Amino acid sequence: MNVINVRRFIQENYTPYDGDGTFLAGPTERTTKLWDEVMDLMRQERDAGGVLDFDTKIISDITSHAAGYIDKDLEQIVGLQTDKPLKRSIMPFGGIRVVRTSVEEHGGKLDPEVEKIFKYRKTHNDGVFDVYTDEIKTARSNKLLTGLPDAYGRGRIIGDYRRVALYGVDLLIEEKKKAIQQYVHYDMSDDLLRKREELSEQIRALGELKEMAASYGFDISKPAQDTKEAIQWLYFGYLAAIKEQNGAAMSLGRTSTFLDIYAERDLKSGKYTESEIQEMVDHFIMKLRMVRFLRTRQYDTLFSGDPTWVTEAMAGMGMDGRHMVTKMTFRYLHTLINLGPAPEPNMTVLWSERLPENFKKYAAEISIKTSAIQYENDDLMRPDLGDDYGIACCVSPMRIGKQMQYFGARANLAKALMYAINGGRDELTGEQVTAKYEAITSEYLDFDEVKEKFEVMMRHLAKVYMNALYCIHYMHDKYDYERIEMALMDEDMKRTTACGIAGLSVVADSLSAIKYAKVRPVRDESGLAVDFEIDGDFPKYGNNDDRVDELAQWAVSYFMDALRQQQTYRRSIPTQSVLTITSNVVYGKSTGSTPDGRKKGVPLAPGANPMHGRDTNGALASLSSVAKIPFEDAQDGISYTFTIVPQALGKTPEDQKRNLVTLIDAYTIKQGHHINVNVLNRETLKDAMEHPENYPQLTIRVSGYAVNFVKLSREQQLDVISRTFHEKF
Amino acid sequence: MAVLGRIHSFESFGAVDGPGIRYVVFFQGCPLRCIYCHNPDTWSPEGGREYTAEEIVERILPYRPFLRGGGVTLTGGEPLLQSEFVCELIRALHVHDLHVAVDTAGSIPLDKCAAAVDEADMLLLDIKALDEKLCRMICGNSGIHAKELLYYCEKKHKPVWLRHVVVPDYTLNFDRLRALANFLRTFNCIERVELLPFHQMGSYKWEAARKQYALRDKRTPDAEEMDKARQIFRSAGLQVQ
Repeated sequence: MNVINVRRFIQENYTPYDGDGTFLAGPTERTTKLWDEVMDLMRQERDAGGVLDFDTKIISDITSHAAGYIDKDLEQIVGLQTDKPLKRSIMPFGGIRVVRTSVEEHGGKLDPEVEKIFKYRKTHNDGVFDVYTDEIKTARSNKLLTGLPDAYGRGRIIGDYRRVALYGVDLLIEEKKKAIQQYVHYDMSDDLLRKREELSEQIRALGELKEMAASYGFDISKPAQDTKEAIQWLYFGYLAAIKEQNGAAMSLGRTSTFLDIYAERDLKSGKYTESEIQEMVDHFIMKLRMVRFLRTRQYDTLFSGDPTWVTEAMAGMGMDGRHMVTKMTFRYLHTLINLGPAPEPNMTVLWSERLPENFKKYAAEISIKTSAIQYENDDLMRPDLGDDYGIACCVSPMRIGKQMQYFGARANLAKALMYAINGGRDELTGEQVTAKYEAITSEYLDFDEVKEKFEVMMRHLAKVYMNALYCIHYMHDKYDYERIEMALMDEDMKRTTACGIAGLSVVADSLSAIKYAKVRPVRDESGLAVDFEIDGDFPKYGNNDDRVDELAQWAVSYFMDALRQQQTYRRSIPTQSVLTITSNVVYGKSTGSTPDGRKKGVPLAPGANPMHGRDTNGALASLSSVAKIPFEDAQDGISYTFTIVPQALGKTPEDQKRNLVTLIDAYTIKQGHHINVNVLNRETLKDAMEHPENYPQLTIRVSGYAVNFVKLSREQQLDVISRTFHEKF
Repeated sequence: MAVLGRIHSFESFGAVDGPGIRYVVFFQGCPLRCIYCHNPDTWSPEGGREYTAEEIVERILPYRPFLRGGGVTLTGGEPLLQSEFVCELIRALHVHDLHVAVDTAGSIPLDKCAAAVDEADMLLLDIKALDEKLCRMICGNSGIHAKELLYYCEKKHKPVWLRHVVVPDYTLNFDRLRALANFLRTFNCIERVELLPFHQMGSYKWEAARKQYALRDKRTPDAEEMDKARQIFRSAGLQVQ
């Protein structure tokens, strides 16, 4: 039997909690003082244009920096990425160019020593561009594929940080040493050698983890003995990961119910009081709010607001039918009250209709107050993923310690539709991006012809896309391997290649316009369709109208089938998401006018959302359209962002809570996968644009994550404000 | 042949028109001409589209999971102007265990709408003003039928959420509000009183309809005034929102 089994420990020891939030403790004096100091640092960071301080000399790894503190006497949980709070480190193994650019953009200069090292040391980025084909490069430069992790850390891998607390590092090293022995009785092969090398790297990283903890005065070679140690050990594991990797999303996993076991024991024995435990949690969460990576401006336009996706999944149901809400689940959410709203950690409630009512109401209340929670359908995911999975990034579910994904960013499906019409030429650059084939030349677009050509284009895109991901992840494993995260996972993992699509609603509405109205392309002198005239009305996605919703479902399923036919890196299983993060603005900018009447450059809708203002039958119609997108063909998640003004959710706070619970319950029953809930007024956002200094903690959920509204670019802010607010009352 | 209902539009998500989340059906046609109406586009008996009750039920059924603890609200316009259809629609919705609220201004004589009221699970009844003259000024009608309807609900034990719009210079008058509270306190059927502050959100519809909007420059009551108004009703022992 496997020695490492965190799930078993949880199931045998946790205490489900059915009560309400009245047991919760407010912030201690230490917490308030410490948080004030952090807030002050964050204000300085904002005033400095977004980055407070950064390294130019030290290449970050697990032990690269001396211990760092905010205020040593106050901190109950310790550990920073560098020697100073909010100071950003450099991690050049993903790509030295990106690091150099970001350092220079912030007014610094990379140390010559570092430059010299990378004259001899190849990076992930170098590797990828050594092997990319021209076809991939063209698809990339024309923005058919965007945001690919070919110059930065891929992220979306979740180490099982709980293992550090439960077993201590020595046992983990022992187990990895045993594992390496499994790979001796074979003939040598690339696979075998890679495995052995990876395990050796993991063992080394675990040693460094101990060393790093020791620099803070902790010996984590043995299991944690109480709540404080458990949180501290677990955090050290996570801290090692974010010192080693600046992956796009560095998620935490599913830790609250695990930690509750320690807290329950300490409460019973009288070792700690509720207030002391809440203080530890508050200080831990504070640390998670301070995770920082040095990134380029270009990156910021794609994923706006400095997100890190410290996603923490909580609640959900157990396989035995008991719910997995514990007091610790409440304590995590309660940090949004004790410390005020914040986008990180990305609080994710795994929702089931069967969760206890008290918890549902509490979560709804915090949502209404802070707009900082996202909800994902546990009833939909549990059958495949069990009861110990977490969410990486925004919506990507994976079993903790037993599954990982190769992050694939996304393909612009709206652009692919344009290529179908234009014979593979880009509507903005005029460049031939795909192999040449016949463009549509008829006066009016014919649905069957467009659909057939779109199918050809999707099959082609799937091939180029998957090839690109093969190159990327081969090189990432080779040059920028996640040593400590992998060390905290099993040796034999389920791997997926997580593709994604943007522009779904534009595709659905375009196909609908072509089918139900008359669409006449306006062509330039080279024959390129650059605009469209639409005669007549047509059903639009987001109104629960099957005529168009079926077109959206079809596009998702067709593209998924095309992806399934491709060869993947390390025999991973292809999946896809319908998620854009904030890149919908950038994708829109690089997409010409589309047959649905959307004009050139206008942002696409985020994730699986309907286009702004086209969902005219109210929120339930909109939710129902999105819920129809088949999860089996988008197992990496389907993101929907719901924004409502508080007055439209109900007359009294009690009504609002109850209505929000019913709404999420029903969305779950309807098989919806993910919902971001924002409860705020447009006027608040407008005021925050004018007076950002008054709204340092204003949090808003965008596709799959939350951001400080004031940290978004002006363009992103306007996009958020232009989106559908459900505000009928 | 099935009775047809003339419907202005549908809204799939309503959370402020009765208990819980509600699917809202806007009826076309209204005999009143309220100066603050936020749906003047529903006045004419001509607009909208005709539907059978079954067609409407079909539209609503997919949303059933959302409507638990909530239901369907028939509003308008004046739904009770089409009482026969309202009866049929409520019966059809009841087959599917959907709770139905009728939002009315009580402008229809009781003998023409009692059957529909009997079918409804509850009423959202808008009392424009107690004073007949003021009432006529606000909506062009004395309000006598609305009072009759309220007495009828009391007799039939029909739950009522009583609504009253608070408009500066018209109903924002604390003596009048006290008189209204005193009148309402005698009714056991009233579960809740909702005082709605006048707002300008309907003004764009007046412009769109090229109608003269008398309250175009009217201010909205401030929070303090609303608090005071609510307190009057609370003091009368009424449940107030």
